[in-house]
Amino acid sequence: MFTYTLRRLFFAIPTLLIISFVIFALLDLAPNDPTGDLPLTIPPEVREQIRASLGLDQPFFIRYLAWLNQFFVNEPLNILESLTGWQFGDGERMRVLSWATRSPVVDLIVQRLPQTLWVVGLAYVFGILIAIPIGVISAYKQYSIFDQIGTFVSMVGYSVPTFFTGVLLIVIFSSYLQWFPSVYDTNLRVTDFATFVAQIKQMALPVAVLALYNASQIARFVRASMLDNLHQDYVRTARAKGVKEKVVLLVHVLRNSLIPVVTVIALGVPTVFSGAIITEQVFRVNGLGQLLITAVQGADIPLIQTLTFIFAVLIVLFNLIADVLYGLLDPRIRYD
Amino acid sequence: MHKLKLLLAGTAAALALSGPAAHAERGTDGDLKILFWQAVSTMNPYLSGGTKEVLASSIVIEPLARTDEKGELVPWLVTEIPTLENGGVAKDLLSMTWKLKPDVKWSDGTDFTAEDVIFTWKYCTAPDGGCAQAAQYEGVKNVEAIDPHTVKITFEEPKPYPYSAFVGPQSPIIQAAQFKDCVGAKAPGCTAANFGPIGTGSFVVKDFKPNDVITFAANPNYRDAAKPAFASITLKGGGDAASAARAVLETGEYDYAWNAQVEPEVLQTMMAAGKGRLEISFGTQTERINLNWTNPDPALGDKRSTTEAGPHPALKDPAVRRALSLAIDRDIIVEAGYGQSGKPTCNIVPAPEAVASTKNDSWCLKQDIEGANKLLDDAGWVKGGDGIRAKDGVKLSFLYSTSTNSVRQATQELVKAMWAEIGVDAELRNASASVFFGGDPASPDTFQKFYADVLMYTNNFDGTDPEKYLAEWLCDKMPGPKNGWQGQNIPRYCNPAYDKLVGELSKTADLEKRAELSKQLNDMLTEEGAHIPLVHRGDQSSFAVTLEGVRMNSWDSQVWNIADWSRKK
Repeated sequence: MFTYTLRRLFFAIPTLLIISFVIFALLDLAPNDPTGDLPLTIPPEVREQIRASLGLDQPFFIRYLAWLNQFFVNEPLNILESLTGWQFGDGERMRVLSWATRSPVVDLIVQRLPQTLWVVGLAYVFGILIAIPIGVISAYKQYSIFDQIGTFVSMVGYSVPTFFTGVLLIVIFSSYLQWFPSVYDTNLRVTDFATFVAQIKQMALPVAVLALYNASQIARFVRASMLDNLHQDYVRTARAKGVKEKVVLLVHVLRNSLIPVVTVIALGVPTVFSGAIITEQVFRVNGLGQLLITAVQGADIPLIQTLTFIFAVLIVLFNLIADVLYGLLDPRIRYD
Repeated sequence: MHKLKLLLAGTAAALALSGPAAHAERGTDGDLKILFWQAVSTMNPYLSGGTKEVLASSIVIEPLARTDEKGELVPWLVTEIPTLENGGVAKDLLSMTWKLKPDVKWSDGTDFTAEDVIFTWKYCTAPDGGCAQAAQYEGVKNVEAIDPHTVKITFEEPKPYPYSAFVGPQSPIIQAAQFKDCVGAKAPGCTAANFGPIGTGSFVVKDFKPNDVITFAANPNYRDAAKPAFASITLKGGGDAASAARAVLETGEYDYAWNAQVEPEVLQTMMAAGKGRLEISFGTQTERINLNWTNPDPALGDKRSTTEAGPHPALKDPAVRRALSLAIDRDIIVEAGYGQSGKPTCNIVPAPEAVASTKNDSWCLKQDIEGANKLLDDAGWVKGGDGIRAKDGVKLSFLYSTSTNSVRQATQELVKAMWAEIGVDAELRNASASVFFGGDPASPDTFQKFYADVLMYTNNFDGTDPEKYLAEWLCDKMPGPKNGWQGQNIPRYCNPAYDKLVGELSKTADLEKRAELSKQLNDMLTEEGAHIPLVHRGDQSSFAVTLEGVRMNSWDSQVWNIADWSRKK
């Protein structure tokens, strides 16, 4: 198992390099421009100077190599410096700079990550917590009223887009009932009970929207996986031995059914980091998804490139984790 | 007359600024909550020319002079506006002198001096800096200090209208001490300074979260001890125009939402909650349809839409250009897409009043289908079996392109229907704004390439003087392969008489004569059909009913007088 993991990690390096090149090439070919959003009153000569100051007058490969150097050498060195206090060279390194803010991309990501992890991560956790019991009961009482309702709700949750549910919740709970704010206050610091309540309140709507979406997806998986196992021979054997129904269901069937579910959940973790672009935009949560979409709109190439690449790393990494977990949980799977 | 008004207004505003304050104390009205649906990326307008950055930074850093809501220049950090009469502008028009107010302090308590003004010029004109506002300092040869509170600007050639450098929110003064190590290529590296510039304005930056939220606090060293009334500002960014307007008008969570670019009927339902109001002001934005004077035929390959391609087979006929304008009912377009924030217009320079022509309003503002049909009949364009007019094998069927935006797409539909009534067909197309306005020479969809017959978008000019703007229609400003498709003469209009008149305008200093020339130039463009002006667009923002002191301004930043804003008690 260990050599297998090492081998996979080793193969990830060329994969990621190719991914980074493809992203860079795609962004370069895309017909957008960092000066495209500027007012037309700014004349073409000035735009040309702005582009040159962003390094856009350099050839494609030089720009790609510069990014590789900034991302793989300069940024890690900077992180190491700030963690250890050591000094490498003169400390004057070109960092990956965002074109829109002209500030280091890594600082932007560090600033955005907590909000995304809180809102999207919490929604993911809630989604899982809601999905498992629904999936289990739906499968156990297949075609019952509970199953029908559960199936209906998950279908709705899965197929109705978040930009609709988000605005719907705002109209009901913010505009009409006025229970929750419609705009996320990113300056809020939780210091006492009142601010804690405020934080819960402002997280309620975006978390609800995303939890519904996540729960619908996972509940379907749990249900299908449970149904697979409920008809297995070992279940009949257990029942014949006189094992209590509760134990059959929650110990034997559930444990076996969760193996594929765990992999699905692990594969979904990178989407937590990439944020929920639409939901974050609707509720104005300053997370990574919102950062990405503003970068795309403003043709902030270094920011898009870096963010997309980090997502690619996470996806490759969690694919590996899912595979390893599968091997650990299921004794029938052996990689060596 | 105009000059006198300008002077009077200046004095009046100076009096208003120094006069007894309406509010007894600074910082008594709590937090002002502002919502920008496009988040602010930086607080340095010299590094980002975006409107949102210019607006947000104008809360903190200020220019020497501003333009008030009536379009009159107002001395801001100076004692008076330099003019020919008061000797501030030299007779040869080669220099001007600004006298700084003696008691202005930066928010860190240090003195505001001529050195800061000089530094600002050097900062924006430094090579490799990529200064977004470089055009403001065009033609400036030197900026020097006569004494610590007197600045002299020398121009390379006579400058009849010199109010560009250090005037308006696009060219505010930054502190020399703070930015001295950030000149040229080093500019982007100074993140702390770019996110929190020290200013002379009524507020200071306390916390800046890029592309998200900015917190401001009242400037303790602001020159008027009684202002600002608000203790702090929270400026949140992101989302979309409709939900931003809703947060002010319907839920009342915010006091001010910038740019309510939303369909009129949607705004009406939000207003029903009674929590907010809309304020509209008109600047110089004109939505227009550009007509392509060159041939955009794809068969011409690289030559298409350039002078080498020859004139447009159908649009070269003046009767066709005139008929296309006559067929349009501008009132319907305004009503459907703009409501109160639009007015029908036939001018490319629709404001300020002194330079806005009325000459063509009589024939152009009213829809005249009959007249348009007759014009085309007389010119020999006959309707075919499909109802589309043609002559010598050339059909009046046009590719009509614009940027993606729901109001623009609705306008396209309306115009298409109106043109159908005179036997003109239109094929509608739209491209994402970042591509359309992006200017990427490799993309066929930019407005500079103009690979279409007619093209619709909005443009405007900064400040109140249209000279630079009118120079965009010069023959040598046409975009083409030679200049990498850069150039502002989008219709490829070329008229030596027009070029000559622009040359005359650039040498005229008398304001009344300038206005006369500007009107002539504007009329020429409309009459000859370089474009079809459609709508004079206003700026529209939503404000809470409790917010007082707002003077909505299209000539300057919308928050130009934020020091005077207060909360109704």
